[in-house]
Order: sequence, then structure tokens, then C-alpha cells
Amino acid sequence: MSVLVIADHDNASIKGSTLNVVAAAKQMGGDIAVLVAGQGCSAAADAAAKIEGVAKVLLADNAAYAHHLAENLAALVVELAKDYTHVVSAAGTTGKDFLPRVAALLDVAQVSEIIAVQSADTFVRPIYAGNAIATVQSSDAIKVVTVRSTGFDPVAAEGGSAAVEAVGAAHDVGISSFVGEEIAKSDRPELTAASIVISGGRGMQNGDNFKMLEGIADKLGAAVGASRAAVDAGFVPNDMQVGQTGKIVAPQLYIAVGISGAIQHLAGMSDSKVIVAINKDEEAPIFQVADYGLVADLFVALPELEGKL
Amino acid sequence: MKVLVAVKRVIDYNVKVRVKPDNTGVDLTNVKMAMNPFCEIAVEEAVRLKEKGVATEIVVVSIGPKAAQEQIRTALALGADRGIHVETDEEIQSLAAAKLLKAVVDKEQPSLVILGKQSIDNDNNQTGQMLAALAGYPQGTFASEVSVDGDKVKVTREIDGGLMTVSLNLPAIVTTDLRLNEPRYASLPNIMKAKKKPLESTTPADLGVDVTPRLTTLKVEAPAQRQAGIKVADVAELVDKLKNEAKVI
Ligand SMILES: Cc1cc2nc3c(=O)[nH]c(=O)nc-3n(C[C@H](O)[C@H](O)[C@H](O)COP(=O)(O)OP(=O)(O)OC[C@H]3O[C@@H](n4cnc5c(N)ncnc54)[C@H](O)[C@@H]3O)c2cc1C
Ligand SMILES: Nc1ncnc2c1ncn2[C@@H]1O[C@H](COP(=O)(O)O)[C@@H](O)[C@H]1O
Repeated sequence: MSVLVIADHDNASIKGSTLNVVAAAKQMGGDIAVLVAGQGCSAAADAAAKIEGVAKVLLADNAAYAHHLAENLAALVVELAKDYTHVVSAAGTTGKDFLPRVAALLDVAQVSEIIAVQSADTFVRPIYAGNAIATVQSSDAIKVVTVRSTGFDPVAAEGGSAAVEAVGAAHDVGISSFVGEEIAKSDRPELTAASIVISGGRGMQNGDNFKMLEGIADKLGAAVGASRAAVDAGFVPNDMQVGQTGKIVAPQLYIAVGISGAIQHLAGMSDSKVIVAINKDEEAPIFQVADYGLVADLFVALPELEGKL
Repeated sequence: MKVLVAVKRVIDYNVKVRVKPDNTGVDLTNVKMAMNPFCEIAVEEAVRLKEKGVATEIVVVSIGPKAAQEQIRTALALGADRGIHVETDEEIQSLAAAKLLKAVVDKEQPSLVILGKQSIDNDNNQTGQMLAALAGYPQGTFASEVSVDGDKVKVTREIDGGLMTVSLNLPAIVTTDLRLNEPRYASLPNIMKAKKKPLESTTPADLGVDVTPRLTTLKVEAPAQRQAGIKVADVAELVDKLKNEAKVI
């Protein structure tokens, strides 16, 4: 058995989720190889080589992979996949984009967003917005799997000393091209990696009021998230959405402010260790999952909270 | 240009599902079913493309039991021109759905295929990408903006870090995210008119597709339930609990 992990990276460094994916890969069994595909990404490959438990790093450094276009990346991974029993990536927007393409080209199923590995061919994953947990077994020769980071404790980023091997193949399929991107810049921790998350919902009323959450986030070293309603209303950008169809978080502490607690929102945060809800409606469903509920007007409670931290 | 839209019949998003006591699946008896919300967004986008004069015909396809015709009729009432029902009572996994849709694409030769990014029942987020792979088309997944320009389509995608825009050669596949548009409701006259729009029926066998599942569901369980905690009286008590009881700040 052997597992090919496709790393999430920004060319200079490896994203934290890759450490959770390697942890899942270890449970699948066999040697672990990590593919770092990008442009000017040798620093990321060197970082991947240090990850605990990684046997080999494949470095595909080519303009064709610069923006992780699914068409090109899938063609590369399909070529490499033949040597492996498992092909695995994080269930972020990159993995969700290219990996099903790989699976279809290999004529195998994909198992999406697993939260546990039961054996080399059997995995556990949430369905119906986390209202049911399915155990599924794959009969395919190559298992193609995306991993929900919150399901696995990360392996150590240091300690390994894998060899880095260059992959020559340049797959430029030529049917898609990168036009541009708007990447949110923030000094706060990344939402999915933060140990404290404070999220705002429709109750925040506008984007400006999110500054109240940011003030608290800065004192706690927290990331700021949002409900779909807050994103749809244009208060904050889409990358802040927590939930079934947004980001999945499981911090030590999650503070939901002005969020009612729809199942789609709960799907993204109910594995948090401690949940706090601040809502003026004592009947709000969020209180059914909150360890500490404060029935209050957020415009009164938030300034007070910031003052007391 | 012709636009193909794939719509799936799923449990209504407002329903809280219950796991069956024998752990074989979730209980769908007498549960309200509806069009997958992301598919509603896909239909709306196609209709807007037609209203802009970009699309000339909208074909809607659904794979599933007889009852899936309800969702096709809904799409027709929203503005699609004709429907294709791939009728089957078998479990259709994403790879099989993609193969069936590929067979439909081969016949219909659309310039653009719009799907939802994710079914809210299996939460797979796979079918559009798989169809793109099988058809050899480029893909614009998790779209928040779509604009057709000549023989290309520009797609702005919702990604983890923000937004990314790609340009794809047509024919192409687009999967919808929540911010792409706000779907309209079907008017009563349009619901009546939809009953007369053509709806063709076919089967996986007719399309020559093997839909044998590749994944076996061994069991389905209810998730661990969180217990509601306590209500605190004020901010001071909250901070005290977080510091001294939960010890998380
Ligand atoms: C296909 C699909 C996917 C979805 N995916 C997601 C997802 O990923 N993430 C997500 O979050 N949602 C998602 N949703 C939406 C979800 O169903 C809810 O609509 C959404 O979560 C509601 O957001 P909210 O709690 O901010 O707004 P509301 O439900 O409107 O709640 C606002 C809350 O704020 C409280 N409030 C108002 N003013 C104050 C005040 N001054 N002080 C204190 N409290 C106040 C109110 O009492 C209320 O409880 C999805 C829906 C669908 C159909
Ligand atoms: N049985 C089906 N019939 C029609 N379209 C489907 C079917 N299954 C999946 N799709 C399409 O693929 C999208 C993503 O589904 P999934 O990969 O299952 O999450 C859906 O939003 C639909 O557009």
C-alpha cells in the first residue's frame, strides 16, 4: 500500500491542513509520498520533506500548475496515481475542485470529507449537513479521498527528512486560464486553524459592526467568521462563511454572535470544544448547542466583553 | 447557445433528518422533497442567460425515480424549455450521475452545463467536476459570477482565501455557489405552462451506462448529540466561566 498526498501550499510554505491529511494518510497504511505542484514552489517542497512520516516528496514545478487549475493538476495527478493505492487531499476548495476530476479520469469513486479512517478501504463521513454519519467502503482499486482537517490531529511539521524528487511532466491542457484573484489579507489566524473563532450573523446588521468582533478577536488571538446570512447580505466576504457549504471549524472556543443556529451553520461548528452564543432571542436554536448562552443585545454585550478581556 | 442544467431531487433543506433505527440510512418516508438549493441557483443562472439573449435553449435533466419529474417541472416553470428524465430507482452515486450526464451531453451538445456545487443530501461536491473530466471540458466550480464572452466563459469562483477568476473555453462546466444569484419563484401561470413543455424520458440502460455503485454504505448513525449548557446572567459571568471553568481564554 502507498498513499499519494497532494499538498495544499502557497509555493513558499505548506498549509496546515496538509499535516491533518498526512495524519489521515498514516491510518490508511503504507508509504506516504507528498506531491507539491505549483510554480516556484521548491521552498514548499522542502517544507513538505520535513513533515513527520513522509517518505518522499514529488516536486512538479511548472507554469502549468501555477494557480492549481483543476484541468492541469488533475492530468498530472492521474499520471502519478497509477503507482498508489490511495490519492488524498484536504477538503479545501483546491482539493474539492481537482480531486473529483482525478477520480473520474481513473474511473473510481471519490469519498468526500472523511472524518475517520476505519481501515484501508473503509471511511467515515458526515452526510445531510452532519445530521447523519455514514461508514462507507470503497471497492475501487485506487481510493480517492478528501479529508476534513478537523477530523484528524495534525502530524508534526518537523522531524522528517524525505528526499525531494522532481517530476518533469508538464500538463498544460490549454482549455482554461487564470485571470486574477482577490485574496483577503489578514493578520489574524486562519479560520480553519484558529483555536478561537468569533462569528457574526445577520444580527450584526452591517459590515461596519463586525469591527466589534474584530476588537475582541484581536484581544483573544481569534479568527473572525460569519453565517451565510451575513455573507449574503454583503457584511463580510465569502471566505468567512462557516457551515455545511462554507468552512468547517472545530476550535477550542467558538463564539456565535447574532446567529440563530440553523442546521447548515451548526454543520460547520458543532465540533467546537466550547460554544458560546450571544443572542437576544432566548428561543434561538443556537442555545441548544451552546455550553454558555448569554441572552442579550449584542450591541450592549460586545463592548462590555471587549472591556473585560 | 444551448445550456444544459442538472437538477437533483433531495430532501427539503428545512427538514431535520432522522437516522433509521436499523442504521441502514436516513428515514425519507413522508419527508418533504425539493430541488437541491444549488440546482435552483443553476436554473436561475441559465434563465438569466436566456433573458440576456446569451442562451437560446435551456434543457434540464434529472436522474432519479419517477417523482424527480416534479423537480424537472419546477425548472420548466422557472424558464427551462424542455426536460430529460433519466429514470431509475437504483442508488446513483456521483460517478454514475456524471456518466449519465456525459451521455446526455454527447447527445445534446450544449455549450454550457450548469450544476449545483453540492447535493445537500450526500454532501459530495463531485458530479460537476467528474462530468467535466469525462467530457474533457474545463470547469468553473463554486461560481459567484458567470459571464459568457464569445467562445469563452469567465467564472469568478469562491475559494478558501477569497475569490479567483478563470477563463474557460466553451463548452464548459460551471457549478454554482450561494452568491451566484437569488433564485426567483415560479408564478402560477408559468407552473401551468410548464405542464405543456416537452419532457422526454430515458433510462441508464438506454444511455448505455453502468451505474453499479462503487461505494457500499456499511452503516449510518446519528451524530453525537451536544447537550445544551447553561445560561449566564451577564458578560462578567461569561468571562469568569470561560477563564475559570472552561479554561479556554
Ligand atoms: C443550501 C444551503 C446552504 C447553506 N449553507 C450555510 C452555511 O454554510 N453556513 C451558514 O451559516 N448558513 C448556511 N445556510 C443558511 C442557513 O439556513 C441560515 O439561513 C443562516 O445560517 C442564518 O444566518 P443567521 O443565523 O446569521 O441569520 P438569522 O437566522 O436571521 O438569525 C439572526 C439572529 O440574530 C439575532 N439577533 C438579531 N439582532 C440581535 C441583537 N441586537 N443582539 C443579539 N442577537 C440579535 C436574532 O435573534 C437571530 O437569532 C445555508 C442554506 C442553504 C439553503
Ligand atoms: N441524480 C442527479 N440528477 C441530476 N443532477 C444531479 C444528480 N446528482 C447530482 N447532480 C448534479 O450534481 C450537483 C452536485 O452533486 P453532488 O456531486 O452529488 O454533490 C448537483 O447539484 C446536481 O446539479
